[in-house]
Amino acid sequence: MAKSDTKTARLVPPGLPNEPLLQVKDLKTHFQVPAGIVRAVNGVSLTLDRGKTLGVVGESGSGKTVLARSIMRLNLGDHVIASGSAKFEGKELLDIPMSDMPDLWGVEMAMVFQDPMTSLNPVVKIGRQVTEHIRHHHGTSKSDAKDAAIALLKSVRIPEAEARFNAYPHELSGGMRQRVSIAIALACGPKLLFADEPTTALDVTVQHSILNLLAQQQRERYMAMIMVTHDLGVVAGRADEIMVMYAGKVVERAPTKTLFEDMRHPYTEALMRSIPKVSERSHTRLSAIAGRPPDLINPPNGCSFSPRCAYAGPRCFEEAPPLVDVPGSDHQFACWLPVGSEEGKEAFERNLAARVPQAVAIAEGRVTEDLTGDLEQAAAEAVAEAAAAEEAEGT
Amino acid sequence: MAGTGKAHLRPAADTMLRVEDLVMEFPAGGGKKVHAVSGISLDVAEGETLGLVGESGCGKSTTGKAIIQLPPPTSGSVSLDGTDLAKLRGEELREARTRIQMIFQDPISSLNPRRKIGEVVAEPLNVWGPDDPEQQRDLVHKMLDAVGIDPDVAATKRPHEFSGGQCQRISIARALVMEPQLLICDEPVSALDVSVQAQILNLLEDLKVEYNLTLVFVAHDLAVVKNISDRVAVMYLGKLCEVAESNSLYETPAHPYTSLLVGSSPIPDPSIEIDESVVEEGELPSPISPPSGCRFRTRCPLADEICERVEPQMEQIGPDHFVACHHPLVTSTEVNLSPTGTDKIETKGRT
Ligand SMILES: Nc1ncnc2c1ncn2[C@@H]1O[C@H](COP(=O)(O)OP(=O)(O)OP(=O)(O)O)[C@@H](O)[C@H]1O
Ligand SMILES: Nc1ncnc2c1ncn2[C@@H]1O[C@H](COP(=O)(O)OP(=O)(O)O)[C@@H](O)[C@H]1O
Ligand code: SF4
Ligand code: SF4
Ligand SMILES: [Mg+2]
Ligand SMILES: [Mg+2]
Repeated sequence: MAKSDTKTARLVPPGLPNEPLLQVKDLKTHFQVPAGIVRAVNGVSLTLDRGKTLGVVGESGSGKTVLARSIMRLNLGDHVIASGSAKFEGKELLDIPMSDMPDLWGVEMAMVFQDPMTSLNPVVKIGRQVTEHIRHHHGTSKSDAKDAAIALLKSVRIPEAEARFNAYPHELSGGMRQRVSIAIALACGPKLLFADEPTTALDVTVQHSILNLLAQQQRERYMAMIMVTHDLGVVAGRADEIMVMYAGKVVERAPTKTLFEDMRHPYTEALMRSIPKVSERSHTRLSAIAGRPPDLINPPNGCSFSPRCAYAGPRCFEEAPPLVDVPGSDHQFACWLPVGSEEGKEAFERNLAARVPQAVAIAEGRVTEDLTGDLEQAAAEAVAEAAAAEEAEGT
Repeated sequence: MAGTGKAHLRPAADTMLRVEDLVMEFPAGGGKKVHAVSGISLDVAEGETLGLVGESGCGKSTTGKAIIQLPPPTSGSVSLDGTDLAKLRGEELREARTRIQMIFQDPISSLNPRRKIGEVVAEPLNVWGPDDPEQQRDLVHKMLDAVGIDPDVAATKRPHEFSGGQCQRISIARALVMEPQLLICDEPVSALDVSVQAQILNLLEDLKVEYNLTLVFVAHDLAVVKNISDRVAVMYLGKLCEVAESNSLYETPAHPYTSLLVGSSPIPDPSIEIDESVVEEGELPSPISPPSGCRFRTRCPLADEICERVEPQMEQIGPDHFVACHHPLVTSTEVNLSPTGTDKIETKGRT
């Protein structure tokens, strides 16, 4: 079943069932707040096979963290309205009593957080934090647990692990702390690891080491991974599949290579074009994405990307596009006027000719709209005018 | 003073800002010192953008702040148009300082939360600017407009009512009301999402042309620094490693540290294989007791005995390419001197 061109391709160890490790269907996590309902995760479906890596990409506030925490059923605070399904090895996670969840954490699935201090106790020596975790789940003797912990700290390349066993978290650098939290996450050999922007706060050099470390550990342990990031560059060479989220929904999903070669969603394309690349000459003009991230309490009508989309047509402001398959492939997107289509190209050119701010931002990298105004209304009007002007010309 | 040399400095008459042998030390208790910046020299020509790149804690912000004399450096000189800022007093210093402005890494917390945006932007004018309120108001309007914020909306709102990207626009406007010659940007986009980051980078490029600005741009993201800079200086633990024209630096990095940075930078292209075996151990040495000789030697794969003993000096290896290393990766680079990169303005509708 493993395809040879995938990053984490490997054989399924004998004796393991062939079903997907994780199957999420129409998962919704909403928060009831005084101002209304925050639709943080708004109908997400995904499938992840054993040993594979799924990259989840989106801007801050797109719902990545809430999605990961919802599947793991980590505390999301009060006033949560959850629905849908998340099956792990065929078993419905959302039906497990909350009191039984801690038995799954660490053993079946674990999480590495953006801020390592989320999982570390500042007043307990790091060695004890690792051994306690091992002993809690395996009931190992104290000395065996210590040996296992030192081996684990060595495997995440903590230099002088024996000496550092007695260090407190504040005595370590940010990168070292993140290694310790990875060691804790890996301690009980989880089948699924969530890595929620584990390297966003770190230097590129440390990021590179930590991502490589995760990849090595993943391969050795035949572990599946959901890697959450806002940076397409981080998952490009590392994920088997990528899912792009916008405003709590999946807007595009494809095997990594397909996504980069044949992206269909205007948001994916805009993200890609706004990233500065070392391979481009200096002063290369970047594309900008007009506007600002959506308000999840009062999301835009129609497609949630419509107020910022360079391809938008009048329909986009009225009707939300469904997630559809690219015929004959493992690639889905939700867009009425996709990148690469004749209709999409026409819409883009029409918008640019009419100097619609969303199109100007992508084409020239210039933000021409009034950032403090009602962007949604303005975008809908600009697009409607562009369409009407074209019609009047009779083209 | 053992510096890393000044071979990369251009004739003083050709540059606007000239920093020589800059040292910044902080007391660390027990009679020890933090060697935050240890003798670096830099220059920036009028209209140029100099990028300053390096890992967290290497002294980038300290350098930026020492340039604006906040606080003044432990030793070394900072000259603007030939005038040594450390020698100025009173009115002269006041005047010189208004010509250099700085914007900071955290856009939200660097703005006073209790004041309205209009007042925040006018703040520097109250201290340094024209006394005429009419003139002040016009300047504030003009600059808010230039960064894409409606001055009328800004007059009534406070910083927390704006997003991170908008706050960064506001701090740029606040720096620009002083009509500076030199703008020091300390990680202005590090806290922002990629989409907003592109907006701000482009805005800085446009403002630079419109207002005749010279920029020092501090960041740890190599791709960002390359995009905006004409020339880049790579810093490690309070020292400079390599200074070069941007394209030349990234195409032919000569310092092992620059090469490590370039190799670690994520690339949004799945066809590029990642060498997953590279896992560096350990951490940055302490700036309280930096390594002898070359400060990078504890992490350098090429380090040998001479690196431990002798501090490498800046040497020229290409038309505008300088490196401080005993064993540079390239000794004579083919520096690409073609005009700056093509603007990516073509539309990408595929047929
Ligand atoms: N006021 C101070 N007192 C003591 N040490 C200081 C002070 N300011 C900076 N340092 C130290 O000087 C060194 C350089 O700090 P600096 O803030 O310039 O780094 P940086 O390159 O800007 O890092 P970052 O990328 O994290 O912003 C660090 O070791 C820092 O801890
Ligand atoms: N406990 C909560 N109550 C209300 N809103 C929340 C809560 N947690 C998260 N949100 C909101 O849900 C949205 C998605 O958040 P998050 O998943 O953290 O985004 P990301 O990880 O993609 O940056 C945001 O608008 C956030 O403010
Ligand atoms: S073209 Fe329409 S449907 Fe597609 S992303 Fe843009 S606004 Fe949404
Ligand atoms: S001087 Fe020596 S230790 Fe320093 S970078 Fe060059 S080779 Fe490495
Ligand atoms: Mg998050
Ligand atoms: Mg700094």
